[in-house]
Amino acid sequence: MTSISKPAALCPVCEASIDAPADSITGEILACADCGAELEITSLAPLTLEEAPDVAEDWGE
Amino acid sequence: MSNRAALAVVTSRLRVEEKLIFAALEARGAAFERVDDAALQLEAGHASESPWPVVWNRSLSFGRTLYATQILEQQGALCVNSAHVVGTCGDKAATSLAFAASGVPTPRTLVAFTVESALEACETLGYPCVLKPVVGSWGRLVARLDSTSAAEAVLEDRAVLGSWQHSVFYLQEYVEKPGRDARVFVVGDECIAAIWRHSEHWITNTARGGRVEAARTDGPLGEMAVRAARAVGGGILAVDLIEAADGLQVLEVNHSGEFRNSIAPTGVDIPGAMADWVLGRVAERVAQEVFA
Repeated sequence: MTSISKPAALCPVCEASIDAPADSITGEILACADCGAELEITSLAPLTLEEAPDVAEDWGE
Repeated sequence: MSNRAALAVVTSRLRVEEKLIFAALEARGAAFERVDDAALQLEAGHASESPWPVVWNRSLSFGRTLYATQILEQQGALCVNSAHVVGTCGDKAATSLAFAASGVPTPRTLVAFTVESALEACETLGYPCVLKPVVGSWGRLVARLDSTSAAEAVLEDRAVLGSWQHSVFYLQEYVEKPGRDARVFVVGDECIAAIWRHSEHWITNTARGGRVEAARTDGPLGEMAVRAARAVGGGILAVDLIEAADGLQVLEVNHSGEFRNSIAPTGVDIPGAMADWVLGRVAERVAQEVFA
């Protein structure tokens, strides 16, 4: 499948360049391929990433 | 009501499930507002009116879902699932009481509040038995207690974990199962899809791995799942069942069930079926307001 990635942002942990898939939406989690940090997409234009919050005790299904 | 969409979908961190739900709603041309529960400010009380007639809550957080739903319901919103259902499903003791009230078979369960009384409860149930956090999901902190010494260690550990819920010791008899358990999806009064989850581990949970295959939705499995869903109040629910020696038993009902691993093996458009049911509720609500 061909998709056009959104412009890259820097990983806030290791500063690696990260592309988000074209169908990304805010609130989604990406993993940094370099350092493995879980990152939350906080905006799409421009693409910004923050470290995702740790799993809370009351999270689940 | 304002010009806002008639439906809000409340989320926190997005799972695959929420993306599939958004896609299903968009494919149906439904107008909906995506609401991040981290940004919610809700005024408790009748003085405020819910901004949305229908709210579909898909947050990961039990606490946020419970309180947001309670407030939005009092403000007049129809919530999927309802606050009663969320409160019942999110608390294993409340779930057990709902099952007992409706005669839904479930493993024998004892609740104790001190390490000493919990150890006595373990002896009553016999070893092995299972300790579960009264609030928790994804199989976290579920422990099989094989002996008194194991129980002493785990119970002492739980008692110092911090939150008061960890000192509500929810203990269940251990039920041997044939290497699999079932997850059944119930939407309204209908069982729409079911899977068997195979695992050599005593905990079978697709969040923890395990092989999945489709199960029949008609027959005893579907009927028992619908009974369990009704017992907790009904809505969009994922019911977990095991095959005990004397028949099916229901372990729990999930109010924000994950279904990503169940679509391919069953061939059922689970998010689509959920979206159709919610949009049916939206249509009813909008019609009530128009003709009110």
